[in-house]
Amino acid sequence: MARRALSLGASVPLCVVIAVAAAVAGAVFTAAAIPVAGQSSATAPYRAPRAADGHPDLNGIWQALGEAHFDLEAHVARPALALRAGPFGPVPAAPVLALGAVASVPPGMGVVDGGGAIPYKPDALATRNENREHWIERDPEIKCYLPGVPRATYMPYPFQILQSNSALFIAYEYAGATRNILMKDPGPPPVSSWMGQSVGRWDGDTLVVDVTGMNDSTWFDRSGNFHSDAVHVVERYTRTAPDLISYQATIEDSNVFTKPWTIKMPLYRRLDANVQLLDFKCVEFVEELLYGKWRKTPLK
Amino acid sequence: MRARMLIAAVVLVGTATASLIGQAPKPAGKPSIPRLTDGHPDLQGTYDLATLTPIERPANLPAVLTDDQAKKLEGNVATVLKITSAPTKADRSAPPVGGDGSTGAAGNVGGYNTFWLDPGSSYTIVNGQKRSSLIVDPPDGKVPPYTAAARARLAAARTQRTSDEAQRENDPGLGDPNSYSDPEVRTLSDRCLLGFGSTSGPPALPDYFYNNLHQIVQTKDSVMILTEMVHDARIVRMNATHLPASIRKWMGDSVGRWEGDTLVVDTTNFTDKTRFRGATENLHVVERFTRVDANNVLYRFTIEDPATWDRPWTGEYVWPITKEPMYEYACHENNYALEGILRGARFREAQDAAKKK
Repeated sequence: MARRALSLGASVPLCVVIAVAAAVAGAVFTAAAIPVAGQSSATAPYRAPRAADGHPDLNGIWQALGEAHFDLEAHVARPALALRAGPFGPVPAAPVLALGAVASVPPGMGVVDGGGAIPYKPDALATRNENREHWIERDPEIKCYLPGVPRATYMPYPFQILQSNSALFIAYEYAGATRNILMKDPGPPPVSSWMGQSVGRWDGDTLVVDVTGMNDSTWFDRSGNFHSDAVHVVERYTRTAPDLISYQATIEDSNVFTKPWTIKMPLYRRLDANVQLLDFKCVEFVEELLYGKWRKTPLK
Repeated sequence: MRARMLIAAVVLVGTATASLIGQAPKPAGKPSIPRLTDGHPDLQGTYDLATLTPIERPANLPAVLTDDQAKKLEGNVATVLKITSAPTKADRSAPPVGGDGSTGAAGNVGGYNTFWLDPGSSYTIVNGQKRSSLIVDPPDGKVPPYTAAARARLAAARTQRTSDEAQRENDPGLGDPNSYSDPEVRTLSDRCLLGFGSTSGPPALPDYFYNNLHQIVQTKDSVMILTEMVHDARIVRMNATHLPASIRKWMGDSVGRWEGDTLVVDTTNFTDKTRFRGATENLHVVERFTRVDANNVLYRFTIEDPATWDRPWTGEYVWPITKEPMYEYACHENNYALEGILRGARFREAQDAAKKK
């Protein structure tokens, strides 16, 4: 939790505090600030250990920590993802009512760079709002569909990066989704897909992944934020501390947005001694939802 | 065109294998195979597991085919594929009530023709031998008989239909009425939970159908084996101990170690729903990956489950490397079939009920 506070909300004020402290107490404090903030222009940036390909080693099991999977934009807590009008304001809708507080939405400061809203075109914004209203019928996560990019990154499940001398691959626990990051560009993808085509390259010590060829069926979060099949995502993975990747993704889709926009968040190494990817084949878990009514004897 | 090119590529690779493996056994450490900086063989690449060699040896074939035998059999397959992959007439009528008699992937209603399939075009060549079965032990090339306990267990399961793979093999698509009652009784492939047959494995077997590609990525502490079918990534943890017995996985828990130049992968902790050929959750699979040259990996597997077979059994085949790209197989997301199967059965029941009135 301490690490999270340092990296997310408090990094700027912390720098200020450290800078003031350094001015008072001398250079010792400046050195101490490096691994925490890494923003001092007078000091060298964190240098990550190298993998077999000579680039920063991204191998390991990582996970985002935050509320991005609920809603990329800044938001206050909500009673539920599925709401209905109540006599004094919205209340949880019938399908999620029994879950009580478990079905509620925690608040978040948002991960959209600059803190603003996603720059939707007016009719696209209307679609987003309608998506949110019809979340329970429309969110592809509910049906255990492949998550697309960048949603796969910040779902509340771990993922594993496998980086060798010649390959870069990401395996996600959620739905067993996978991505092979092609380090040689094969040209435009011949077909669209749920996870798209990922082409990677190194920009200094940052892995840059260009994602194209995604279909229009994936979303960005549980709040109806969406894209078209023209979406183009550029991800940047930079190791900024021993157990931290600074992640950002720039999303461009002229069918839906007025301009490109960027999300930023840290990805944390899962430090649990016994951590590993386990099975989360949710396909099995949604069979009753999708096919239950076609049982010979539907459950009562 | 692409299918033909693929077949040609496989045949060429096969020929190259024959000439290479036909030579005297190589001493360990021969530098003709790619290696990583840690000195271990580099197993990475994308492999095409398609082969005509069946898991079990057909009754009329010897263990090793002569070149002429193989050529004739491969030619027969090519002829059939040529005929059955011809374009379907766009103005054809619906199949007759009860089906049109088409078998296999056509599913009795004229489904896929073989243009869409990639069942393999040549026999696997191991140590210079064209093999007529993957199974090499028992020497008859057959899966050993089930134990009495397994026969009783499987017979009981048959009365209450399950996703059992062995049952799937026997289901021509027109099973008993209960096999359409619930999603859970359909096959794991109908349900998009695992690939057809045992393509994900372990053991990773050809499915004699399509989507035969597998990709290996090898890092310092992990070996990842991706199965094209249903995009299953199995991550082998090197020099690790198995998970606690309470944690089960669809593809089991795989740990690896090097024995000389061979990667040995030991897998346990299967779910009780995986049921490879009727096995229990105590199935134990040992796989051995050996890079025999720059373009081929020899894959050997040993199966053990005393509750199912009274002896372990072993098979092997060669995985040729391919430059074919792997595309996403989003099975569940487009699974209209499972709803169609269940809904069709409900429709038929409603029709039957209406007739009785």
